[in-house]
Amino acid sequence: MMASLLSVIGGVLLVAGAAFLLLGGLGLVRMPDVFNRIQAGTKATTLGTLLSLAGIACLQPAWTLKLALIGLFILFTNPLSSQVLARAAHRAGADKSPLTAVDLLAKDQLADDPKGDRA
Amino acid sequence: MTWTRDLSMLFATLFGFWVLLNGSLAADVLLVGLITALIITLLFRNSLAVVSELRMTPRALMTTLGYVFFFARELVKSNLNLARIVLSPALPLNPGIVKVRTRLKSRMGRLLLANSITLTPGTLTVDIDGEWLYIHWVTVDSADIEVATAAIVSGFEEYLEVMYG
Repeated sequence: MMASLLSVIGGVLLVAGAAFLLLGGLGLVRMPDVFNRIQAGTKATTLGTLLSLAGIACLQPAWTLKLALIGLFILFTNPLSSQVLARAAHRAGADKSPLTAVDLLAKDQLADDPKGDRA
Repeated sequence: MTWTRDLSMLFATLFGFWVLLNGSLAADVLLVGLITALIITLLFRNSLAVVSELRMTPRALMTTLGYVFFFARELVKSNLNLARIVLSPALPLNPGIVKVRTRLKSRMGRLLLANSITLTPGTLTVDIDGEWLYIHWVTVDSADIEVATAAIVSGFEEYLEVMYG
């Protein structure tokens, strides 16, 4: 009884995780520029992967501790890599969507270095 | 002495990870783990800010728990928000990069703040310059520094301030 309940919960979690990953993929395709794509990619993969890990933990309770460690690594590294990508993209002058309302980072960099010749 | 405390914490954490990931208590596995953890501890002795900069008071630990729940709620909200945007045919975006200010002083506090912001609704940390954070925001409500800080930073800052200062 307990085992079948766990496998149902595990299955639901896995489907939910997969659904968020799918939405993240859709976001990658639909978003207009690199920054918005990173936004879609980061959030969806983090929650999607965490839910999948939780689902696996329900199906294979013996693996719970290892899965929790993987989740912890993802929580720390996923946003970090996105931030580094976003910063690199901004420094490289990646195209911004024409919808972009403001860019205070570009404005401040211009104020610090009007000619833009700081390497 | 905090220096020895930091070193032993780092060592214990590394060795703990080794044991958990191997799932074995055989003597040779433990020995390799001990040696590896020792070498890494000596090479990276200043790098375990997650634990060593955390204030070890009961209040800080309670706040950490509160932070985890707050963060989990924000992460789910963030994904539902993203799902709404991605699934709506019109793709309602109003992106921009705004500037916010943090009161947090410690490196670890700022790192966790930047990570938390990236994982919450519509915001992505693009750059940090001292106390200033540049945030890409999918739906910019206001480019005003005060308003953006209140909307993006304040929630996490309350927790992180107690945890790391």
